[in-house]
Amino acid sequence: MVQKENIHTDAEKVIEINGLYKAFGSYQVLENASLDLYKGENLVVLGKSGTGKSVLIKIIVGLLRPDSGLVKVLDHIVDEISYEELLALRLRVGFSFQNSALYDSMTVKENLEFPLVRNRRDMGKSDVNALVEEMLDAVGLSQTINQMPSELSGGQRKRIGIARTLMLKPEIMLYDEPTAGLDPITSKEINKLINTVQERYHTSAIVITHDLTCAKETGNRVAMLVERSFERQGSFEQIFNTGDPQAQPFFDYNFIQ
Amino acid sequence: MGINKHENSKDAPKPVGKFAQTFISLYEVFSFIGRFFKEAFLPPYEFKELMRQCYEIGYRSALLISTTGFITGLVFTKQSRPSLSEFGATSWLPSLVGIALLRTLAPLLTGLIAAGKVGSSIGAELGSMKVSEQIDAMEVSATNPFKFLVTTRVLAATITMPILTFYTAMVGMLGALLNVSVNEGTSATTFFQSALESITFLDIIASTFKAILFGFTIAVVGCYQGYNSSKGTEGVGKAANSSVVTAMFLIFIEEVVCVQIFSLFNT
Repeated sequence: MVQKENIHTDAEKVIEINGLYKAFGSYQVLENASLDLYKGENLVVLGKSGTGKSVLIKIIVGLLRPDSGLVKVLDHIVDEISYEELLALRLRVGFSFQNSALYDSMTVKENLEFPLVRNRRDMGKSDVNALVEEMLDAVGLSQTINQMPSELSGGQRKRIGIARTLMLKPEIMLYDEPTAGLDPITSKEINKLINTVQERYHTSAIVITHDLTCAKETGNRVAMLVERSFERQGSFEQIFNTGDPQAQPFFDYNFIQ
Repeated sequence: MGINKHENSKDAPKPVGKFAQTFISLYEVFSFIGRFFKEAFLPPYEFKELMRQCYEIGYRSALLISTTGFITGLVFTKQSRPSLSEFGATSWLPSLVGIALLRTLAPLLTGLIAAGKVGSSIGAELGSMKVSEQIDAMEVSATNPFKFLVTTRVLAATITMPILTFYTAMVGMLGALLNVSVNEGTSATTFFQSALESITFLDIIASTFKAILFGFTIAVVGCYQGYNSSKGTEGVGKAANSSVVTAMFLIFIEEVVCVQIFSLFNT
């Protein structure tokens, strides 16, 4: 297993999160959480289930509103911009859902076309078709173009979900549990795809996961969500060998050891 | 904004009494309707999806409406005959059936059938899209899911319902014709001449108005329940169920109100 290099932190920040608080009723999910994503890096956010990892990226794309704190994405403060500005920002940020969230009444082709025909109305049909083919080729699923989502396997659905997100050529990718529920071989393929996307499309990415293999293979840097904030950030090795009594149990039960 | 208000602790409703909660719910429903009118008039327009929904709504209900309409016309004629024959007035059957079908039976029957078929389907479909994060996926791909999912369905149901209502009335008349021609030997020409003579322009206006109102109600209720369904499969079931129950209840209320209003014009 090859571990990726850390990107220099003097690179431009594309996401800046500072002092973020979020609670659901009396349940505090994030508390004074601070995190930066630098241009070109894949940042893995590790943490146990239910610790607020997905909440974090939903706040980044404006699906949820923070209680307080700064969330700055590509120089826009998400909580302060208008709906129209938010839509424009979302064109630059791709979101790959845990359950792929493919539109089940549409074919794979229609799924991929969906964001494009509504946001790039100047594009001709042939250009759209060419881009659909390019993205399907990038995820290695050209043969599924006319299939319905219900006919695809879990791994294929994930890859189509990523392809749909790439249709708008985003600058930032947010992956929500990309390997959850997949077998180790398919998980490895997804990890490889995340790296391919980073290299080919020069994206910066936040990868939300509790899968250590995924974290090690895809992350240039790792941030661990413990006790509602990101106290521990660094390379995979630094986090893995933390010795921190709060973080260590997470690693002790993983097969990687 | 594309933010789920109920998941936001800042905006989460504080515990309130049942009375206040009713007003909050009413406010939410009217906001939903207000948003529909706003989105319906503002570009971009989803014509392709609107056409698809019109076809789906019409196609989904057509067979059931045909069967129910035909049987209603036939049975209504059969049941009305004894009362009219007491006065030797069986020749009035075509006009009686025509007026009854157009004024009340066709809009009401079509509305109730559509509430069951279309309303439940819209509630379940949007509910399941909400649960499986498909609505969120539209949001994050910079598409307005309200416009694509809600506006198109409400418009489609509002456009399709009058067509379905007149279709039901026509099929119901055919059922009545069958009964009348078997029993009285009345020809189709005489039957339709007699039936149409008694129908006024106001009847057609009233029927169209009710059909539009019922279609709008069914789709708004279905979309509202589905779009705001709670997470989980149980939420999908609840959305489908309450779409039907609420829409049927509202249709009866609207029927009573419309009858009162249009009877004022009649007098």
